[in-house]
Amino acid sequence: MARKPKGLFIYAIFYLAFLYVPVLFLPLFSFNNSEFIAFPLSGFTTRWYSEMLADGAMHQALWNSLKVGTFVSLLSTILGLLAARALTRYRVPGGGLALGLISLPLFIPDIVLGISLLILLNRFGLPLSLYGVALGHMLICMPFAITVLMSRLEGFDKSLEEASLDLGETPWMTFWRVTFPLVLPGIVASLLLCFIVSFDEFLIAYFLAGTDATLPIYIWGQLRFPSQLPKVLALGAVILVVTAALVFLAEWLRSLGNRAAHRPAGV
Amino acid sequence: MDDSYIEIENVTKRFGGVIAVDRADFKIRRGEFFSLLGPSGCGKTTLLRLLAGFEFPDAGEIYIDGNDVTGLPPDKRPTNMVFQSYAIFPHLDVFDNIAYGLRRERLARAELSARVEDALSLIKLEGFGRRKADQLSGGQRQRVALARALVCRPKVLLLDEPLGALDKRLRESMQLELRQLQKSVGITFVFVTHDQEEALSMSDRVAVMSAGRVLQIAEPRALYERPNCREVADFIGTMNFFEGTLAAVEADKLVVNAGALGYVRLAADTQTRKTDDPIALAIRPERISLSTEPGEGATRGMIAASAYLGERSHLNVLIEGRAEPVAVAVQNGARHGGYRAGEAVYLGFPPDAFVILPGY
Repeated sequence: MARKPKGLFIYAIFYLAFLYVPVLFLPLFSFNNSEFIAFPLSGFTTRWYSEMLADGAMHQALWNSLKVGTFVSLLSTILGLLAARALTRYRVPGGGLALGLISLPLFIPDIVLGISLLILLNRFGLPLSLYGVALGHMLICMPFAITVLMSRLEGFDKSLEEASLDLGETPWMTFWRVTFPLVLPGIVASLLLCFIVSFDEFLIAYFLAGTDATLPIYIWGQLRFPSQLPKVLALGAVILVVTAALVFLAEWLRSLGNRAAHRPAGV
Repeated sequence: MDDSYIEIENVTKRFGGVIAVDRADFKIRRGEFFSLLGPSGCGKTTLLRLLAGFEFPDAGEIYIDGNDVTGLPPDKRPTNMVFQSYAIFPHLDVFDNIAYGLRRERLARAELSARVEDALSLIKLEGFGRRKADQLSGGQRQRVALARALVCRPKVLLLDEPLGALDKRLRESMQLELRQLQKSVGITFVFVTHDQEEALSMSDRVAVMSAGRVLQIAEPRALYERPNCREVADFIGTMNFFEGTLAAVEADKLVVNAGALGYVRLAADTQTRKTDDPIALAIRPERISLSTEPGEGATRGMIAASAYLGERSHLNVLIEGRAEPVAVAVQNGARHGGYRAGEAVYLGFPPDAFVILPGY
């Protein structure tokens, strides 16, 4: 029996601390009864949370972000599903190239994307709006959607779809009776992932939003006023909890699906 | 009445530059258990997929029961398929898998479940309706795939190496079961396999394929005893070939100069034969007689290797004038218990056991 190396365990503790301690300051100070973000803590309060709930501009920004996120995640997942199906089921000429080009926005800095989209909208005389933000977010969400859905589509036996056709079902109904239920965990994961990517995104939104601020832009604006800061921390804490919950949900669904798809054939 | 049920007329299928099926042209009879046999890559699965409608021929036509189905998609064809991977829908239970094809027919609930229950009892899986695919063994999945296809009452059942994934013992019992099932439902089966024993033991007729071409279509016995070319002779079982030339053509007999065997005179169709034609004489290992005593016309040899297989032994016997050993199969339990390497033996080649094939 090999002894567990103690050094690695300590390393892992430090690693996790490095990742999560800064983030945990958010909920900590959001309950601190002081406008100043500093130790020592001066008592427990939920005042910042009630201020947050009363802030109309913040609600508008949150609503904008939810709208954009929902739109982006739905459209990216639908388009992603079509592309992923084409790339996995048919021999598409230039398929590899297409996949590469679709994935490219992942590697282009968001600030460059933001500037180029801004120039483009100006050239065509289009007003800055949440639609522009949504289009920009789709650029960075599509690669995620396609990757998640492709791995899901590759994970199941192609002859399942053939079997459905063979049993007399039309291609359209085959999609709904076989492909869709089997890809569903991937679709859910893609929706959640795209939503979170869009919801968190700042740079592209900052360039394209115009007067309709999304939540990250609003928060950025509030940072100039020290008195507003605790309220933002409260909001940050709420987002943190909701985001973590969504990621866990997506991962759980994905593993659930993978387990069903990769169970051995069994003899 | 013509009893041909599936007509494959000059069907050719290419994938890129590769010809997968090359001018296949034959008929399959109603109610027949018909096998497509050949090594992997010979085009047998492509031919089956052409029948199912997953592929479409580049040339030629396919008729089923008198109807041209050449351009029809799979959902419009009177065929159902049992896939090599079984393709059991993982998100449905056994009942819903079997009912899958019936849902389209909008049957009354009672009739639907009656037909599914019938199918379940046909494959002896009563009470398994609520099991999921991953709770089934390989043999059970195979049966569910079979029931799912048969419940649609196809005119033709297509089977793509359905027993390939099962272990040997299970495969043998499934072979018998499948054969009995085919007789009882009376549906035409087209069965793809690379296992020659499987094809011979189950089929009414077998088509042997190689490199996209159909080499011979015959009943199992004829295929084994009267192969029409060297490839078929070589692929089915073991065959000894003796290269030679035609020494003389008589009224109804040929005299062949068969090298190590000397001159062999055998009855044959002499019509198209000419003296000095290259010719090969082929003989199965079990048709060669073996004795430890010299006899009339026997060829002396020495056992180079012997493999004991229980009820029979396979021997490699070296004879003078031939580099390659002669494969001989003998039944054990006769006078001799076993044969040892190095033993001197005498081989007898009955002339009527030879198959005449074109030589090189």
